[in-house]
Amino acid sequence: DTSLAEVNSFSPSVPISPSSMINQYKFEDGPELRDLFITVDDPESHITAIETFITYRVVTKTTRGEFDSSEYEVRRRYQDFLWLKSKLEEAHPTLIIPPLPEKFIMKGMVERFSDEFIETRRKALHKFLNRIADHPTLTFNEDFKIFLTAQAWELSSHKKQGPGLLSRMGQTVRAVASSVRGAVKNRPEMFTEMNNYMETFSQKINLLDKIAHRIYKEERDYFNEMKEYGPIHTLWSASEEDIADSLKGIASCIDRCCKATEKRMAGLSEHLLPILHEYVLYSEILMGVLKRRDQIQGELDSKVDALANKKTEKDLFSEEIGKLEDKVERANNALKVDWDRWKQNMQWDMRSSFTNVAENNLRYYEE
Amino acid sequence: MEDCLAKKMEITVSEAEKRTGRNAMNIQETYTAYLIETRAVESQSEGQCAPVDSLWRRYSEFELLRNYLSVTYPHIVVPPLPEKRADFVWHKLSADNMDPDFVERRRIGLENFLLRVASHPVLCQDKIFYAFLTQEGGWKEMVNETGFQLKADSRLKALNATFRVKNPDKRFTELKHYSDELQSVISHLLRVRARVADRLYGVYKVHGNYGRVFSEWSAIEKEMGDGLQSAGHHMDVYAASIDDILEEEEHYADQLKEYLFYAEALRAVCRKHELMQYDLEMAAQDLTSKKQQCEELATGTVRTFSLKGMTSKLFGQETPEQREAKIKVLEEQIQEGEEQLKSKNLEGRDFVKSAWADIKRFKEQKNHDLKEALISYAVMQISMCKKGIQVWTNAKECFSKM
Repeated sequence: DTSLAEVNSFSPSVPISPSSMINQYKFEDGPELRDLFITVDDPESHITAIETFITYRVVTKTTRGEFDSSEYEVRRRYQDFLWLKSKLEEAHPTLIIPPLPEKFIMKGMVERFSDEFIETRRKALHKFLNRIADHPTLTFNEDFKIFLTAQAWELSSHKKQGPGLLSRMGQTVRAVASSVRGAVKNRPEMFTEMNNYMETFSQKINLLDKIAHRIYKEERDYFNEMKEYGPIHTLWSASEEDIADSLKGIASCIDRCCKATEKRMAGLSEHLLPILHEYVLYSEILMGVLKRRDQIQGELDSKVDALANKKTEKDLFSEEIGKLEDKVERANNALKVDWDRWKQNMQWDMRSSFTNVAENNLRYYEE
Repeated sequence: MEDCLAKKMEITVSEAEKRTGRNAMNIQETYTAYLIETRAVESQSEGQCAPVDSLWRRYSEFELLRNYLSVTYPHIVVPPLPEKRADFVWHKLSADNMDPDFVERRRIGLENFLLRVASHPVLCQDKIFYAFLTQEGGWKEMVNETGFQLKADSRLKALNATFRVKNPDKRFTELKHYSDELQSVISHLLRVRARVADRLYGVYKVHGNYGRVFSEWSAIEKEMGDGLQSAGHHMDVYAASIDDILEEEEHYADQLKEYLFYAEALRAVCRKHELMQYDLEMAAQDLTSKKQQCEELATGTVRTFSLKGMTSKLFGQETPEQREAKIKVLEEQIQEGEEQLKSKNLEGRDFVKSAWADIKRFKEQKNHDLKEALISYAVMQISMCKKGIQVWTNAKECFSKM
């Protein structure tokens, strides 16, 4: 498909610079196979007559040939990320597209533009792009490249291309309709297992997310009480002579415990909580992916059923059916490969997050 | 100290039992009775143990004993009883007096009280105390017969004295301030400690949920399953460990509470001093005014305005005989007054001397006990951290095998 970005972008075109040559050298030698580095930072507020929104700076460094330059810097807003996600889902319906942070958070006091909210979102957006970059298929997606490299006006005009909203909606309706019948009964065993797994996994990961948040809250409450505890001992030491030193000693120990608690809490909120949350979103995504696979199969099945009833237009149908069979086969394979990859990643992520929690706790107790 | 009862006799409060009976108003009630066991300390090298005597007492009898001791020895800082009702509770502990944990802690507190009294050089020699330990029947009557209740100072009298005394011994004033500060700081500390304990309990217990969920999750995982399952087990161990930790901390809290109540005993001694001092000041003032009256009658001059002076002016002077009689009465009173003043002064000085000696003893005891309590608290914290390290080291290993 045509894409505007293949024509020179307006960012200063830099021939392969010495630094990127060094990078290239490093990548080929080292165990790192990465050739695409993305960071998301520097949130900035923009106020217009109609709305206020935040943009984030997206910096890309790459050695890939298909990129005109080795370094790009663009500004993107949340809407742009949403666009990218939906394009990826369209292009690869049975691949596992990483989750985006939610539009807004329902519970509690989090204001749309509070610093805490923006920072959490920024980290999640950073994760999102890097997960795509690490994905063997998605990383070469054209829309992804455009997202990383195009200037604002280029991106807008590119977005307007492609099938309109109404036709896309039509597709979805037809797909849903066709999936209702038959897809489940013809589903290969493997995908039924996946479905069952995801149901349980989704339940458990949601529980873990809640538990981790609860622990964070309890630790914070504990910290707040401890802050008051130390100074009382200091106050007491003022009335005493003999035991004043012991009391002051205890007061300073309690204060050190407070600091250690703060560190422990920070560890939780930086590592475990975001990962658990990401996998909560992932579980929703995976259920969606499995449904889409069912839909694709459903299309095939309904056509096969139709063929069984209308033997006359056999030739026409069999070509279509052939195409659909291919489609289903491709979809299934793509999903299977991606599923295995996802599970590996999940395992790795869980292992490292919980090990990190254990290490934080060890450090806390040692201090 | 060698003559202390504590050295001659082993005293324990070994059991607590629920009883029902009729109280003074003939109403059925449930109460707890405590078994006091005593045994004479004989040379144990012979391998023989002296027989154990025992009797049952309830909390109200302990209270009666303590009231008797406070009134009879006002210059002594009398050891306090454990609290009547559970205070400074955090959510896991119940405030119920019948709760077995509370009863157990009270049993220990009562034993501690008896040992404190038995090791006090003065108090241990008291016969009522000895009878409390050894004589089951008729003890109450014995106490009441001493008539100590009559000697007790009314609260109102004491309050009045506190406000109006002019020259109390500075040391007692300082001591009173100290005991106020001590009481305020310890109760604040206990309150915050209870809240901290509550929060800590929450942190540990929520980790227990990990155990359950990990175990359920491990059922659907192949490679991660074992690691998850065993990690979950360690989370359960972690969550359960807080119960013992906090129970130990309750003992620490009880040690602090004892000194919280000791502050009240200190204040009682100060109040007694203020009362005696006020009494003395009133007696001196009374004596001075009587001497003045005498002088006025004798010389016929009225130096100060008085109702008597006015009425005599209005209704005429008294006869010389009347005046003589009055002077005589006054002179008698003055002599009585002077003797009283002398003995009150002596009493006051004796009180200050003996009270201050006991206060010194108390201060040493307090410093020693509190230091030990603080050290044992630190040791408890270290042991809690060691347990934490152990659990999380194990958990880390399990996680890394996932």
